[in-house]
Amino acid sequence: MLVPAAIAFVLLVGPLVALLVRAPWARLGALLGGDTVLPALGLSLGTAAASTGCCVVLGVPLAVVLSGSDGWPAPVRRVARALVTTPLVLPPVVGGVALLLLLGRVGLLGGPVFRATGFQLPYTTASVVVAQTFVSLPFLVLGVEGALRGVDRRFAIAATTLGAGPWTRFVRVTLPLAAPGVAAGAVLSFARAIGEFGATVTFAGSLPKVTQTLPIAAYLALNTDPDAAIAIAVVLMVVALVVLVSLRDRWLQGIGR
Amino acid sequence: MSRRAAVAITLAALSALVLAGCAQDPLPSAAAPATPATSALRGSITVDAAASLNTVFPALAATFQKEHPGTTITFDFGGSSALAAAIVAGAPVDVFAAASTTTMRTVSDASLVAAKPVIVARNELEIAVPPGNPGRITGLRDFADAAKTIVVCDKAVPCGAAATTVFAAAGITPKPDSYEPDVTSVLTKVEANEADAGLVYSTDVRNAGAKVVGIRFPGAARAVTAYPIAAIAGSRNAALAEAWVAFVQAHESDLQAAGFLAP
Repeated sequence: MLVPAAIAFVLLVGPLVALLVRAPWARLGALLGGDTVLPALGLSLGTAAASTGCCVVLGVPLAVVLSGSDGWPAPVRRVARALVTTPLVLPPVVGGVALLLLLGRVGLLGGPVFRATGFQLPYTTASVVVAQTFVSLPFLVLGVEGALRGVDRRFAIAATTLGAGPWTRFVRVTLPLAAPGVAAGAVLSFARAIGEFGATVTFAGSLPKVTQTLPIAAYLALNTDPDAAIAIAVVLMVVALVVLVSLRDRWLQGIGR
Repeated sequence: MSRRAAVAITLAALSALVLAGCAQDPLPSAAAPATPATSALRGSITVDAAASLNTVFPALAATFQKEHPGTTITFDFGGSSALAAAIVAGAPVDVFAAASTTTMRTVSDASLVAAKPVIVARNELEIAVPPGNPGRITGLRDFADAAKTIVVCDKAVPCGAAATTVFAAAGITPKPDSYEPDVTSVLTKVEANEADAGLVYSTDVRNAGAKVVGIRFPGAARAVTAYPIAAIAGSRNAALAEAWVAFVQAHESDLQAAGFLAP
């Protein structure tokens, strides 16, 4: 048990340690001080927070529907769940192309909108949020659905016997019991969104202060100054760690019950 | 009974295949001593090459592999700068072909080239627009029009560095909607009709066929990029790596037929 656990830990943490060891600490301030990193960091934090919000608002209802799908015909249920998880297995760049085909100015939905209003979603900050939501939503839906299925149904039944309607029962009983699952799903979604690269660069492009998030800035820096790329990666890592640790403390209390 | 028969038939078929394979193998080498000097070439190499070479190199490799049976050339096409960074970081690569001498220099400065890089082709920029030219692009000046959807390469990669040069020479301040990480991304966005115009290499316009329309502009010659190629030091198959570099050098005319300029 300990050996595979140790291997898993080294596999997860080893590359991060290597990054920290190789990081150009002396030049860190100079490398990060330019006018690229700070705007990219702000953009990354803002878009990842927005896409996490979208994930919760859209993903929780979807998880509720899926968790109540036991009565559906088995093939429908299986296909629905498989479709929800597809963005997980899709290479992000392909996901970005798919988003363009749907929402681009000649896309299935984006085309009519562009012809009617001249509005183009790609290359806007909103398109970054859409790309991040697309790739992170499965994490939230799967997490919340699992939590909802794990909730003891007798609480809901008891609430019904006490006169609670379906909405009250859901909001006052089921959802609070599933809250740790929602929080865990949101944390995973945020983590996935802040590291997003492929779908974003394909769908939204890369313009400083508008669509150039920190991972894209890191990739571009890799081309000219690998040290700068490592410095950005360190920033990304620290930010992700701070956010994840603080969120875990605040939201996930009692998850170990 | 029928199952046993099926197994027997399968086994017979398999052994026939194996025998045929054994019988076939020595024939060509015995019958084709046409290239004795290079007949020792065996095995495989990995070639990292600039994205703009991704049509002409596989075609050349097919000819090479036909001339030298038993060799395999695998390609990794991408933005040259990213490929160079990977090589410097220790990626197991046998040959590198970059889209700029500056990018090649990051590899040679790290003492990672086996021999002095040789320039096998040159390329220049061209405006690419979607068929029908929806943005009514006429020239480089349209790149300064914020109302048009414009994509160019980031200055961190060779095509972006070349773009910066032509814009500076023309006295134009471009207002792009995106600085893409490589030339392929620029082309993809134009092909998908998600941009009114992009700045790519002439060869990209040619390879894209009917999916984009090229617009040449005066001043493109000011930012001609060179394509150096070099075998990488420490290759596990140095003989094959050198042979491939020599082969590409000997087939510069094929590169020119694909739209590249002479070196």
